[in-house]
Amino acid sequence: MNWEVVIGLEIHTQLSTKSKLFSGAAVGFGAEPNTQTTLVDLGMPGALPVFNKEALRMAVMFGHAINAEIGMTSVFARKNYFYPDLPKGYQTSQMDHPIVGKGYLDVTLDDGTTSRIGITRAHLEEDAGKSLHEDFHGMTGIDLNRSSTPLLEIVSEPDIRSAKEAVAYVKMIHSIVTYLGICDGNMAEGSMRCDINLSLRPKGQEEYGTRTEIKNVNSFRFIEKAIYTEIERQSDILEDGGKIVQETRLYDPEKNETRSMRSKEDANDYRYFPCPDLLPIELTEDYVEEIRQTLPELPSQKAVRFQSEYKLSEYDANVLSSSRAMADYFETANSQVKDAKLTANWVMGELSKTLNQEQLDIAQSTVSAEAFGELLIRIKDNTINGKTAKDVFQAMWLGEGSADQIIDAKGLKQVTDTGAIESMIQTIMDANQAQVEQYRAADEDKQKKMIGFFVGQVMKASQGKANPGIVNPILAKMLKG
Amino acid sequence: MSIDKQDVQKIAHLARLALTEADAEQYQQSLSSVLSLVEQMQSVNTDGIEPLSNPLEMTQRLRDDVVTEENRRDDFLANAPQTEAGLFLVPKVID
Repeated sequence: MNWEVVIGLEIHTQLSTKSKLFSGAAVGFGAEPNTQTTLVDLGMPGALPVFNKEALRMAVMFGHAINAEIGMTSVFARKNYFYPDLPKGYQTSQMDHPIVGKGYLDVTLDDGTTSRIGITRAHLEEDAGKSLHEDFHGMTGIDLNRSSTPLLEIVSEPDIRSAKEAVAYVKMIHSIVTYLGICDGNMAEGSMRCDINLSLRPKGQEEYGTRTEIKNVNSFRFIEKAIYTEIERQSDILEDGGKIVQETRLYDPEKNETRSMRSKEDANDYRYFPCPDLLPIELTEDYVEEIRQTLPELPSQKAVRFQSEYKLSEYDANVLSSSRAMADYFETANSQVKDAKLTANWVMGELSKTLNQEQLDIAQSTVSAEAFGELLIRIKDNTINGKTAKDVFQAMWLGEGSADQIIDAKGLKQVTDTGAIESMIQTIMDANQAQVEQYRAADEDKQKKMIGFFVGQVMKASQGKANPGIVNPILAKMLKG
Repeated sequence: MSIDKQDVQKIAHLARLALTEADAEQYQQSLSSVLSLVEQMQSVNTDGIEPLSNPLEMTQRLRDDVVTEENRRDDFLANAPQTEAGLFLVPKVID
């Protein structure tokens, strides 16, 4: 049978406020357990929540970025369940009146096709604490630092039809929230987590099949793999005439499998009701409009501008605009170099390669965009060739100085003096007379291949400093005799 | 409208309350009469009336995003029956 996969995603993004959603405790990853908590976060009787203004602003900003209706009146609700890392016995969330209503994103895949993914809603809620199950003599340790950390939960429509589309959508959300500066996007530290709702139906059928929910997947790669694995599991069951059980599952990246956590029927009874401790939030048109004015240029807009302003290819423009830090780096460097293609190639090439090797983000690059620009200028004005520039870049990376300092200190300036190059070539021809004879006897096609040997010798003799643009024509002429 | 004893036990379970057989019977009656009242109220025409989420005619006050509280872990942990390494300890729960 030909199955169609139907996917909807819930993405939890941690908003980068300084303090918590409902208390004045600090928010931060990696603090000593329970040092960032207050009576409110501990769920002490009588402690009352006070809502963080900045979280509201961030949520509205996100709403604008996905073309959504903003909830002019929004209401907090209690989602009731028992778990020790949720001492209040309920999570303060939103149900009927979320802060962000219906919106959408246009997602472009690598093959250039674009599809529109609907976003049902995005609502504000508090995070729970953390349970540690190991090493406490059969007890569970509870750390409530994360309790009441502000989350924006972004819920998509079941509009996604493949693993690739899901990953492209999550990447786009990631790039938007980091562009807006409302989330640090650090998936390894849990700043963005994804729940995947997935079902299969026979191609052509309207009605959805029974779905499962895979909880808390926290990397782009795992999202893709979890989806492939779950598609396979469900289609195996359906092909054998079985039925899918609606349940919550967990993805295990080590075994590359999903397994059952709990069946949904039992856990789903959250008994939402409006939170009596928090009053409705009323927004004014002025406030919403004021925030719209502060929206930065978004990734998709930047990609379009990079193509028109810098004449970059669609691919280059998309790669460079995918992160705000990379786009800024490119533009800062290029403002000096004024050769967009050269700058783009080097940012996406040597710089990205080195960052990947060191597993660093572009914001952590030891070579600043300004310093990088100075290096590229030296390629452009023929002071050094591309090959030497890579060595200079590595030296810059290690903190040996600016491009000009390194070029001077190591004497890497290209030899452009034609007289010097001619005498270098003469020496090489004298030392390799047999090769010169062979070259002269060969036909033109073969000569083109054979000339590489001489170019190599010149580069070696000049320690890579000869300018290939000058060497090649002189060499061809002298070999001809 | 009435609910049966099984409903009562389910609600009690969700609220983590242990009910005796006698308790359950009593709650079954009192909850049923609450629901009957609700049923009676449902005959009122509410067309065009916005659901009320809070009886106070006020809107939420907002707080500036500043850290105002300091670390009081020792005070908080002092109230807990069992602690270790800065953590509250509870009976083991595995989901």
